[in-house]
Amino acid sequence: MNPDALIDPLFQIPFLVGLILAAVLPLIGVLLRLRNEWLAALGLAHLAGASALAGLAFGIPAVAGGPMGAAAGALLKTFGRIQGNTIYAAMILVGWSTTLLLAANTTLGSSMGHALVEGQLYFAGTAQLVAASLLMLLTIALLPKLMPHLIRTEFFPGQGQANHRFAWRWHLGFDLLVAVGMAVGTGTVGLMGAFALVFLPPWLAFRTAPSWRGTLIIALVTGTLGYLIAFALALYFDQPFGPALVALLLIGMALVETARGRSI
Amino acid sequence: MAEALTAGYGGPVSGPLSFTLARGEVVGLWGPNGSGKSTLLKSLVGGARIFSGTLYKANGLNLAFQDQRPVRREEMPFTGREYLHYAGADRESPPERLRSWLNRRIDELSGGQFQLLSVWAALGGHADLVLLDEPTNNLDPKSESLLIEILRAESKHRTVLLVSHEREFLRAACSRVLELKP
Repeated sequence: MNPDALIDPLFQIPFLVGLILAAVLPLIGVLLRLRNEWLAALGLAHLAGASALAGLAFGIPAVAGGPMGAAAGALLKTFGRIQGNTIYAAMILVGWSTTLLLAANTTLGSSMGHALVEGQLYFAGTAQLVAASLLMLLTIALLPKLMPHLIRTEFFPGQGQANHRFAWRWHLGFDLLVAVGMAVGTGTVGLMGAFALVFLPPWLAFRTAPSWRGTLIIALVTGTLGYLIAFALALYFDQPFGPALVALLLIGMALVETARGRSI
Repeated sequence: MAEALTAGYGGPVSGPLSFTLARGEVVGLWGPNGSGKSTLLKSLVGGARIFSGTLYKANGLNLAFQDQRPVRREEMPFTGREYLHYAGADRESPPERLRSWLNRRIDELSGGQFQLLSVWAALGGHADLVLLDEPTNNLDPKSESLLIEILRAESKHRTVLLVSHEREFLRAACSRVLELKP
């Protein structure tokens, strides 16, 4: 146990980076769930991890290399005309295979590979803070504009087609936002930590919220609250942050569902 | 206006049919199963291929389309009000019967309630021409009567072209009925 770590200035930047991601990623996840594309997040996270490692081999910092791979995945998803889960499964396998091969064959890759899987939030610095802040600003600027179009395309697909409104630019805009979000998330809270933030809070919110507005609020509050508790517990008990966050969100979900008398 | 329109997917399945729609009309499209009623309707919104004939649309014509099976998911955390908002159905407040569903989650509504709400999602907006594909699906007789009332009231504001296999409903709701041969 290390109670002093909770007030150590060394962890102030990591705390802020994580807090931003814990608020932003669940909001992105709500729209991914609406589009039934939550698996895309896992695919993009794997690609981000692989491209971050590949970038290091060429001297590109992980914080820049990750988004490049994820953005390439988002472009492929939008323009590749590959339907359904096939493209996401391919992303997961390509990312997994590349990450492990790079990790096995380079010294830096080995430590970075572990960091990406476990989450390296405590090592987040100014670069990660800038990346997370840019993601937050991008989300605040884009999400309110994208959301109505994405909802209309989902529920009223004939409307846009009937009036020759082509929806690809909204899809591409959102896919790129997801790619950047998953890349920044994977590089800081780890692959599964980032995936948990886009998957678990929206899952709970979709089941419990009385409205769409409520869905967004519940997802944001669950992600943020889960993060705050996980950050404190992981530091206090000296545990890896990513797995601690995932475990806490899962326990929280199970408790809520038990209280509501439903099975997950 | 459509002239000798034939539509389909891999090959033609409906038509040829010629018709003109005037503002303020509620026009029904009837035909036996397999005559391609829905296909013809979809061809007007680009959802099916036009094989021959000509389709003329007025410049700036704004269309609303309600599919035969409106998108309904197991989880839809939207209230009726939010659903109508995102559909753009904000021209006026919905009919009395629908108002009690506005604050409920739409995935908690019955099939008939959701159907009426989705019909209003198409009718309650600002479209000049509303296309409804089998709007009576899942509706009980009481809801069907309500739909007829809504359609009669709507004819003042816009043109409606609707497909149904129910002749009685079409007679009651429409100013005229077009017939598609198999």
